[in-house]
Amino acid sequence: MVALNLSRRDGEITQDLSALLRHGPGGADGFEVAIQGVRCANCIAKIEKGVGALAGVEQARLNLSTGKLTVVGRKFAPSLILKRVRDLGYEAQPFEAEEVLGADEAEGRLLLRCLAVSGFATVFVMGLTDSIWYSGDLGGPLRKLFFWLAGAVAIPASLYAGQVFFRSALQSLRARNTNMDVPISLAVLLSLGLSVTQTAQGGTHTYFDAAVMLVFLLLIGRYLDYRLRDRARGAARHLLALQTLLVRRLEAGGTVRTVAAKDVAVGDRLLLATGDRVPVSGVIEDSDSELDMSLVTGESLPQALAQGAEVLAGAVVTGAAIILRTTARVENSLVADLARLLEAGQQSRSAYVRLADKAARLYVPLVFSLSSLACVGWLVVGASLSQAITNAITVLIITCPCALGLAVPAVQIVATERLFKRGVFMKSGDALERLSEIDMAIFDKTGTLTLGAPALLNAADLPAGLLERAARIARASRHPLAISLANAAGTGPVAAGVREIAGAGLEVGDGAERERLGSTVWCGAGGDGYQLWYQHGSEAPIGFKFQDHLRADSAEVVRELRRRDIQVEMLSGDSPSVAARIAAEAGIPFWRGGITPQKKAERLQNLQQAGHRVLMVGDGINDAAALALAHASIAPGTAADISQRASDMVLRGQELAPIIEAIDVSRRARELVLQNFVLAVAYNVTAIPMAALGFVTPLIAAATMAGSSLLVTLNALRLAGGKPWR
Amino acid sequence: MALIIASALFVGLTSLAVLLWALSSGQYEDLDGDAQRILLDDDLMTGDQTK
Repeated sequence: MVALNLSRRDGEITQDLSALLRHGPGGADGFEVAIQGVRCANCIAKIEKGVGALAGVEQARLNLSTGKLTVVGRKFAPSLILKRVRDLGYEAQPFEAEEVLGADEAEGRLLLRCLAVSGFATVFVMGLTDSIWYSGDLGGPLRKLFFWLAGAVAIPASLYAGQVFFRSALQSLRARNTNMDVPISLAVLLSLGLSVTQTAQGGTHTYFDAAVMLVFLLLIGRYLDYRLRDRARGAARHLLALQTLLVRRLEAGGTVRTVAAKDVAVGDRLLLATGDRVPVSGVIEDSDSELDMSLVTGESLPQALAQGAEVLAGAVVTGAAIILRTTARVENSLVADLARLLEAGQQSRSAYVRLADKAARLYVPLVFSLSSLACVGWLVVGASLSQAITNAITVLIITCPCALGLAVPAVQIVATERLFKRGVFMKSGDALERLSEIDMAIFDKTGTLTLGAPALLNAADLPAGLLERAARIARASRHPLAISLANAAGTGPVAAGVREIAGAGLEVGDGAERERLGSTVWCGAGGDGYQLWYQHGSEAPIGFKFQDHLRADSAEVVRELRRRDIQVEMLSGDSPSVAARIAAEAGIPFWRGGITPQKKAERLQNLQQAGHRVLMVGDGINDAAALALAHASIAPGTAADISQRASDMVLRGQELAPIIEAIDVSRRARELVLQNFVLAVAYNVTAIPMAALGFVTPLIAAATMAGSSLLVTLNALRLAGGKPWR
Repeated sequence: MALIIASALFVGLTSLAVLLWALSSGQYEDLDGDAQRILLDDDLMTGDQTK
């Protein structure tokens, strides 16, 4: 079951959040808050100082990398912390109580520790062995001593640092599979064994330095890959925090209790205030109200719903507070349908094979057959068994996919870092690869191509000063039309004593000086096309006209997409006439209006079955299924939580332009990954015959290994530069 | 010779130990944040310290 966000974005917080506290030792409580919009030192100081000054708070620490504020203290009120952060101007959502250190964080620490150990060992061992390679011959006993010393450091270090690979190799062998870690583990273990026997026999070909360096370089790739996943996970966790669901339920005795949304049963009566989102579909029990359905149906203007009307999950209450009785068939509701479609989509997407895995599937059998071929070859030409094995091991060491292990993560981390700065959150590592392959883009209308909020149309036709007079009243309300009117007028004073009359509008003053801002009927007006009226005393009311507007850069983004040979289509749940207007303004030739969520998903499936790779851009709950099905998907930051969860990437800010940047970067990243593969393989192709013929010395092995890794990394860094598309 | 090798080993292991300590004490948890925190005046950072 997919839950929806219920938390108020602002307004008073009176909920009991103690269920989210983490109880530590010694009676101290921990509380975690996800904060958005923190970017600089000032924000850190402001938040830590502000929260730290609250009663009971002992420590407040904000992690800028993850956007997580951790509060430790005794007997503090979590809701006050949220309120303080919001008062300071940041979005804040509580995290669900959880383990102090997740398994993933532990993995990151282990990787760093292994990286440190192998890094130290690499430098130290190279210091010992390189002095031998460069000095010609140091003489038998001294050389032997140096080798033993090198081994004493290299063996424990590579066994410790290599555990990451050994474990993964064992796992894959148990599953009767081979992954990249199998040849890596073998190469490390065999080169250590070979070096020990060589040293014992007084030989010169030891690979102690190569073994630790191999582990070190590969760990860099692993760590970059971890960072990538960690960042993606952070984005996903932020979204989960937005879903920390609490609703107010009316109990039998008339008391109100705060419960988790997942515990809401059929037939429960929920109290929904203005600004609240409907958690599960239900029926309005008490009074008429107005609801914003834009995320559910794509309809851009709020709709008046009477008592007894059915309300779909995901709508936002914009009129008077309501009591909602949840209906009997929750599992048959629209949201449940969508959840099922969502799951199906995510399953199909998990079948995607990443480039690195494709490479591994080709590479692993190749390495083993070449190595055994070398062994057999040397035996055939009459070499001793030990010499044949030595050469076979050399092949294994030299072909070890050191640069290959760096080829993909190095590029992807540079790419995601760059996109992150441009306001694109990447939620999975392979999203970048999938995005690079798209040849078609489907847009939702409301909230995606458009701002999703009504904007004042007839400001120029109004009598002088009227807009400001109406805005004085409008600023007191959170109704979408009032907010939009206030926005049109800019900042200014708020009228005192504004009364909000449910289902009607706003009123201030009495008698002849009474001012009203509200619905057509209430203001006694007649006239089509006006959604809001202003009336002063008994004068004739004056109407305001609103319409959803295109985002500032929508048309440009569509143009840029088409310039990149990507077909653009628009699917909207709104009425065809509105859809036609927006499509024309955005310059989209193919569009459809009045489409249900299922139809959207169907259309997407049909296109993908026809061989298209589709990018879906949408924000509504009605887009979630399509977002999950698409080859790649992007949701604006204002999207419904379920849509943000279903998509690969989430945009921050009001612009759509980062989509173009993301596509460009992903295509460039794909190019660079392929280049890196070529670089890595080219090195191996030249090195393998030399190794098989027995010409490779340990110095050559070490130098080429480091050299190709460096080359691949430098190539990846080229992505950090380069001009943005405009 | 033995002295040089021993001291190299000593320096290397010491720095490794320091790095591992820094890791386990959480100094690598928030690199972005630390980059910004250097700009803050210490006397303003009351929230960060135990009261």
